[in-house]
Amino acid sequence: MNDRIILETRDLTKHYGGVHALEGADFILRDGEHVGIMGDNGAGKSTFVRQITGVEQRTRGDIVFDGRPVNFSGPLEAREAGIETVFQTLALADDLDVPDNLFLGREMTRANWLGPFRILDYRAMRQATLDGLRKTAVKIPNIRNTIRNMSGGQRQCVAIARTATFHSKLTIMDEPTAALGVQETSQVENIIRTLKKQGEPLILISHNMRQVFDLVDRVVVFRRGRICADLDIKNDDVSGEDVVSYITGARDRPGSEGLN
Amino acid sequence: MADDVHGTGGQTYDHKKRALPPELGVFTALIVIIVIFEALGALFVGQSLLFDTRGRFDGPLGLFNVARLKIMILQVSIIGIIAIGSTQVIISGGIDLSPGSVVGVTAMVAMSFAQVAEVNGLANPKPVFGAWAHDIPALVPVLIGLVIGLAAGVVNGALIAYTRIPPFIATLGMMVFARGAAKWWTKGEPVSFPTDSYAFIGSGMIPVVIFVALAILFHFLLKNTVYGKHTYAIGSNEDAARMSGINVQRHKLMVYAIGGVLAATAAIVLTSKSLTAQSGMGIMYELDAIAMTVIGGVSLSGGRGSVIGTVLGALIFGVIISGFTFLRLDAFYQEMVKGFIIISAVVLDQWRQQRAARA
Repeated sequence: MNDRIILETRDLTKHYGGVHALEGADFILRDGEHVGIMGDNGAGKSTFVRQITGVEQRTRGDIVFDGRPVNFSGPLEAREAGIETVFQTLALADDLDVPDNLFLGREMTRANWLGPFRILDYRAMRQATLDGLRKTAVKIPNIRNTIRNMSGGQRQCVAIARTATFHSKLTIMDEPTAALGVQETSQVENIIRTLKKQGEPLILISHNMRQVFDLVDRVVVFRRGRICADLDIKNDDVSGEDVVSYITGARDRPGSEGLN
Repeated sequence: MADDVHGTGGQTYDHKKRALPPELGVFTALIVIIVIFEALGALFVGQSLLFDTRGRFDGPLGLFNVARLKIMILQVSIIGIIAIGSTQVIISGGIDLSPGSVVGVTAMVAMSFAQVAEVNGLANPKPVFGAWAHDIPALVPVLIGLVIGLAAGVVNGALIAYTRIPPFIATLGMMVFARGAAKWWTKGEPVSFPTDSYAFIGSGMIPVVIFVALAILFHFLLKNTVYGKHTYAIGSNEDAARMSGINVQRHKLMVYAIGGVLAATAAIVLTSKSLTAQSGMGIMYELDAIAMTVIGGVSLSGGRGSVIGTVLGALIFGVIISGFTFLRLDAFYQEMVKGFIIISAVVLDQWRQQRAARA
């Protein structure tokens, strides 16, 4: 892990009419760092992610990604800039196979002068898919199978494998294991560990305390639209109870670093 | 790994349980239907439906009753052209009810530009336009016809993509409007006496050649181009397609526009073959086309199916129509059986989906 800052938000704020869903969020993510975001339902976690990924437009504040200020008008722009998001609801086409889904909207093609009728390069896409799956250590028995015929864990793995295939600069996962069984969850967690080893930065939104403590370097706790704690769980002596007390509001405003 | 039973999803993965291509099922159905007709033929009329029983095994296709085979394919090729368009529309998750009426209006207008000046040495008895529109090359009425189909398709697509009204409603409106336009064009009078060059398009087996060529072209477009991939993606999960950066609105516009052009193509072939255009042409064609598509294994919920399936569906139609004539049964039995087959195809598709979800 180096000290290069990959993502920084300053005073990031989102109001829905009179509802202050996110208020003055200052957040820093360094290259190679894995950060967990925790908080109760409605605490502002997903709102925070939606502002970063361009799904919604912020009320005020700045976002600096990879060294330059950004204003994404939509999730596609964020993706093109290198932010890959694995959403709670999987954005996969059930009737297509793994390479089709990985390359949807950015297909490898030949005869590009044909415009919308340019020809798909299936062989190149299959090869790139296999490389991407190998990189994330995702095991899928047959990549030419349609998503419809896959288990929930395999679907989630396909969604995550997009990240590796496109060499994104930042991966955001919004509760990637919420709907998965024990075995599938461990499969997804292994992929996250692989990303860590490869030095890929990650933001993980999760309700699962054990998972967060297992996987990430740092936990940022949201409460009532504000960041109420920034805890270095790898180095400082922080327990699960501490995190819970911040989530529930039993404790507030720690002397944690990185907050003013 | 591959055969693991996962805990919560209730889903297993097994290589051996991989679903067979749906086209194989349609092909089997085609064979079964042929066998039934052959059996009935042997029992009741003492003839074979498809095979030459008079022992003249001449030529490369001498084994078959070539004349009947030709008729069988010829009679489904015009609606088959429309069905190719319906296939891509249904795969994209939509439906198009307008092709029949688009055939009507295109037939009337295109034929008006394909008339001859003189019939048997006398002036054309029913010219739509003056002398300037007579004896012009067939390319002109063909292009005019295709442009009308394109316009109808673009209007359909624009309504569906940009006003977000359901495809069923948008194309129902176009169906009624285009039929009205077809009647308005000549106040209901038929348009006849095309030029020889125009009449050539629908002569002999040329309609079959056009149908097969378009089927091959569209099979390739759907399976091997970005256009096809995005069509499947939108029908499969429109939100995922949008999230992936596909311009869903523009794509839908294209899908319906191409559907309109194919309907116009069918109209040109039809008028050229029948040497006349009537405002009632193409009534119910859209439903026959949708039926061929559904029988061919295209899922009405979108995302699944192929042009090959639709071609097989069209052949099933052809066999049934020829089979009933061959058995000397009245036409109304045909329609009853067709209805039965359409329902069976959809029930089978749903059954297949449920089994896939459980498997």
